[in-house]
Amino acid sequence: MPRFRMLDPLSSIGGAAENGLAYLGGLAQLLGRAGAHVFVSPLKGRLSLQRAFHQAMVIGVGAVPVVSFITFFIGVIMALQGAYELKRFGALHLVADTVAISITRELGPLVTAIVVIGRSGSAFAAEIGTMKVTEELDALETMALHPIAFLVTPKLMAMLVMMPCLTIWADLMGVLGGSVFGVIGADYTFGTYLAATRDALYMRDITTGLVKSIVFALVITGVGCQEGFRTGSGSEEVGRSTTAAVVTSIFLVVLVDLIFTAVFYVTSGA
Amino acid sequence: MTDSEAPIISGKDLRVRYGSREILHGLNFDVQPGETIVILGGSGSGKSTLLRTMVGLEKPTSGEVWVGGTNLASASDAELDDVRKRIGLSFQGGALIGSMTVGENVALPLQEHTNLEASTIEVMVRIKLEQVGLLKFQHFMPSQLSGGMKKRAALARAMAMDPEILFFDEPSAGLDPIVAAGIDVLILNLKKALAVTIVVVTHELASAFLIADRILVLDGGVILAMSATEELKRSTHPRIQQFLHRVPDNNDVRDDVDHLRLFTDRI
Repeated sequence: MPRFRMLDPLSSIGGAAENGLAYLGGLAQLLGRAGAHVFVSPLKGRLSLQRAFHQAMVIGVGAVPVVSFITFFIGVIMALQGAYELKRFGALHLVADTVAISITRELGPLVTAIVVIGRSGSAFAAEIGTMKVTEELDALETMALHPIAFLVTPKLMAMLVMMPCLTIWADLMGVLGGSVFGVIGADYTFGTYLAATRDALYMRDITTGLVKSIVFALVITGVGCQEGFRTGSGSEEVGRSTTAAVVTSIFLVVLVDLIFTAVFYVTSGA
Repeated sequence: MTDSEAPIISGKDLRVRYGSREILHGLNFDVQPGETIVILGGSGSGKSTLLRTMVGLEKPTSGEVWVGGTNLASASDAELDDVRKRIGLSFQGGALIGSMTVGENVALPLQEHTNLEASTIEVMVRIKLEQVGLLKFQHFMPSQLSGGMKKRAALARAMAMDPEILFFDEPSAGLDPIVAAGIDVLILNLKKALAVTIVVVTHELASAFLIADRILVLDGGVILAMSATEELKRSTHPRIQQFLHRVPDNNDVRDDVDHLRLFTDRI
């Protein structure tokens, strides 16, 4: 039946699109419910805040060392790569600007997001997936505790606070990394490098990065938790969920990054 | 058993279906307050599904299931939560929250659903753990406990809110005979000490006859018998006799295939 075979690719594209939209719909629903619980049960707000604080320590404070090292190195790398091209135009003094803009607008939020996906997004999926396999989610329900309120809401609150904080820290470490090259390889002093960075940056550069980081927080929490809840029965399913959480999160974070960068470009002309 | 009291749990033509496969085929039963009922049945008989339906984890496809005066089949989320605060379920594997200590697990429902002071909750947690013989293990993590201890801890958590009905899912499964007997004795002691309705799902005959007031025998999603233990022993029903005397099926392969299908249908 060649006629039908010709339609196969079309129907599989349609099927994939439908699945993708359903996935995003599920994500929005999950985040909506988790967000609603922040306001629904103010009576138990103290407990929820305690859990959110605990999550914030694990997600945010625990990530500081690795985020610091990675963004510091990336700062150095950006300076080196930038200098390679700038030197040909005798514009080595612009290396601080290159590093500052690339880090604050793009690499700070993105690298932070990828580190958080690896550390926390995967952990969300593994934690919730394991709880599903061991009937802990059922146990919560039979105790009249809602798994979303109990598990997702604290994570969401923690992520929404910690992602921007980590991103600002990442920006700072990236600039410090750039300054190492600036001082050693490009006639800056530490003071003049920081001054050049300050002059190169507009507030908009930092705020667009922070806006992105908040959306990344939503994506990472939503995907990690949703993959956890979608875990089937059996421990190998937890591994599948964890992998899916990491891969899907990275994909969606880069996609969201592209969309927001394009929107910022069109709306601000920069 | 008196008929004057309203049943605390009852099923009326209760049917549950996973996908295209019906697991429970129209069950009718009543459980009186204060009774200890054992639901006995083999693998794939639908006993776990019946338990999950009675605690609101599965919705009936049709029919009614009344628990504590609420029909779970038509209950709203809020009504379901109200019922759940009045029941306790001890899961087969314990299902203790792995990131919390034993004491925190027992305290969890009290913290979430009551306005008791932390010091009061602490005292209540110690009382519940004492009752199941785990007082020394309050600050242990669930992963540090043995299988039997996990079940005891799960029972302490199920009792935290002083429930009207206690459900047990396979309390002696996966335990050695001595530890399993210990759990049976614990259930018997609770039955004497608390005026609580107890529903136990099991396939262990000895344990069933020891703790039950009445036994509900489930086979292939239908109730074969629901009678007092002595009466059940006298039953002439071939399937019940087969079960009681542990006679293997001729077509046990078919049962296994059915069991597998039930499992894959659910995914």
